[in-house]
Amino acid sequence: MRPKFELLDKELIERILEEAFQLIQEPGVRVAPYVVDLLREAGANVEGDIARIPQALARKALDSVPREFWLYDRSGKPAVHYGGDNVHFDPGSSCLNILDPETQLPRPAMSADLVRLVQVAEMLPQFAAQSTAMVCNDVPQEIGDWYRLLLVLWYSEKPVVTGAFSAASLHTLLDLLALESGGVDALRQRPRAIFDVCPSPPLNWSEFASQNMVDLARAGVPAEIVSMPLAGATAPVTLVGSIVQHAAECISGITIHQLAQPGAPIVWGGAPAIFDMRSGKTPMGAIETAMLDVGCAQVGKYLGLPTHAYMVAGDGRVIDAQVEMESGMSTVLGALAGINMISGAGMLDFLACHSIEKLVIDAEAVASAQRLIEGVQTPTQTLATAMFAQTGLHGDFLKLKDTRALFRKEQHFPSQIIDRGLPSMGEDAGILGRARQRVEELLASYQRKEIAPEREQSMVAFALREGKAVGLAGLPGIVHEQLVADK
Amino acid sequence: MRQSIIDGAPETASELARQALGNGVAPLDAINHGYVPGMHDVGEQFARGQMFLPDMMASAEAMRAAMDVLEPELKKLGEERPMAGVVVLGTTKGDIHEIGKILVGTLLTAHGFQVHDLGVDVAGERFAAKASELEADIVGVSALLTTTMRNQKGVIEALEKAGLRSRVKVMVGGAPVSRRWAEEIGADGYAKDAMSAVALARELMGQKSQSTIAEKA
Repeated sequence: MRPKFELLDKELIERILEEAFQLIQEPGVRVAPYVVDLLREAGANVEGDIARIPQALARKALDSVPREFWLYDRSGKPAVHYGGDNVHFDPGSSCLNILDPETQLPRPAMSADLVRLVQVAEMLPQFAAQSTAMVCNDVPQEIGDWYRLLLVLWYSEKPVVTGAFSAASLHTLLDLLALESGGVDALRQRPRAIFDVCPSPPLNWSEFASQNMVDLARAGVPAEIVSMPLAGATAPVTLVGSIVQHAAECISGITIHQLAQPGAPIVWGGAPAIFDMRSGKTPMGAIETAMLDVGCAQVGKYLGLPTHAYMVAGDGRVIDAQVEMESGMSTVLGALAGINMISGAGMLDFLACHSIEKLVIDAEAVASAQRLIEGVQTPTQTLATAMFAQTGLHGDFLKLKDTRALFRKEQHFPSQIIDRGLPSMGEDAGILGRARQRVEELLASYQRKEIAPEREQSMVAFALREGKAVGLAGLPGIVHEQLVADK
Repeated sequence: MRQSIIDGAPETASELARQALGNGVAPLDAINHGYVPGMHDVGEQFARGQMFLPDMMASAEAMRAAMDVLEPELKKLGEERPMAGVVVLGTTKGDIHEIGKILVGTLLTAHGFQVHDLGVDVAGERFAAKASELEADIVGVSALLTTTMRNQKGVIEALEKAGLRSRVKVMVGGAPVSRRWAEEIGADGYAKDAMSAVALARELMGQKSQSTIAEKA
């Protein structure tokens, strides 16, 4: 039996959906001019920038969403399976700061930091996908979104969770992906990346978000809605009220998306949080935030849709007991909820900061959660009596063939980050020291696999051309013969 | 009066204001000795983590209710409420996030600043026009997104263009904003949260009066 965690019963989910369908009609949804005609022609009532979406129209859109789809790795092999109760993890996205590996103080993230993070995440099987985890402060802001994608594509073979920073730059990211995949059709057939698109709470599909939804649908590249109601601030204070708002934002987004291209892949996702009424912060590590994530995902699963959530992130500002307690709890809950893509590993300080040391610690929590959802297996004919028949009351199970044959499946073996009292642990009892050592080991064992030469060349030429337009000299974080030749 | 603010009871606050005026209490006395101490208590309790935001919003509402009664009387007498400073607040162009800015506005008001909130998606020119109209001491610019943060620079440029920059202090804030960014764009200060925004505003007012003294000397 696969262990499962649910917060809502069927009756409550029906009520949530009923109110969500009401909300997209009254007060309706704010939309951008880019999608007005699309909605109007389909029968929505649009006045000014407010669209009122009839339930039947939204239901039809929900019906045309694919129940499952794959993201592919660089070689074109299916690697991430959205749909059902499949669970995958990826690092958190778009962080501006990193905890400096030496000082453990936050500072602006640079290309070299993203490269290190990607290389470490590449070596950790716990992460099925990469993310464009950091904004590189050493490249001009205008190209920040595609440049980080370039670095991830360059150093990783895994699928990528990414996103554009503007309506126009989406096409630059798609162009880059098409170069890497070997053409627009190849990208559509075997998408390597999925794009996060964020509505603004409450119920607002801005110009940027509206346009991204439509353009992604038409490009056939998967979209992931990241709806983020803040309970008590930009959404109802009750958890259930925020779950309703999340549902309404997702349903209205899916309607826009499916009207642009029925059957295009899209994910019911989000980064909801409670709003702390003392600090005004949005704690990602709060248990109520995890409850929102689980509840929102459960509504999406009830509709049969692929799901996403932002978990595994903590709010402590350094690597300490708080941040890892928070991360550990939400990791386990996310996995038990069967959420298809769980983003957020490595992040701390209310998503303001990334840490590669935290990423490797979080990977241990992820591995434990992955073990947990494998559940209690029954690999032997009798559960225990046959083994007792061999040992009697001596209790020397260590000698049994069954023990030797099965212990590797029954037990998960954490890396040396987790103190299990091994002699080789040495004197260093601090987890930060062990995490640093693990990062160094993973980096040392990382070896970049080259992209097919002609694709690699076209990516470099593309990046040089686009970079030059905004005054970027060279390509920070990338070593390539073309760059040497250029100089 | 003080308790009506702490309780966040706008009806009680305005009723007490009317009673006070009926009993011949000077409006300025009612403000300074009645209501302002309540707002101070609220600000202090909030800083200590003993007061919650919805309660503080209600306190600000109660303060507004009292002022709605008292301010017209104050005007009739030709008096003005002494202000800690005049602040123009807004979220940058292209950005519609305003929770942080509302908190800053509420807390600044609680600490005696006169705050004019321009709302969200505000172009630099509008900041400059309002600052000029009100002879503002401080302009506060908020941004939540990396992409809209750069428009904070546009506000400073608009103030320069309007010839106001030497008279107006600029403070910036928002999730992606850092001290480094504030320095880079030539802002006068950066605050990481609403409470430090109050401390910063006070500090900037101090700098302003220093430079005014220096100019006069």
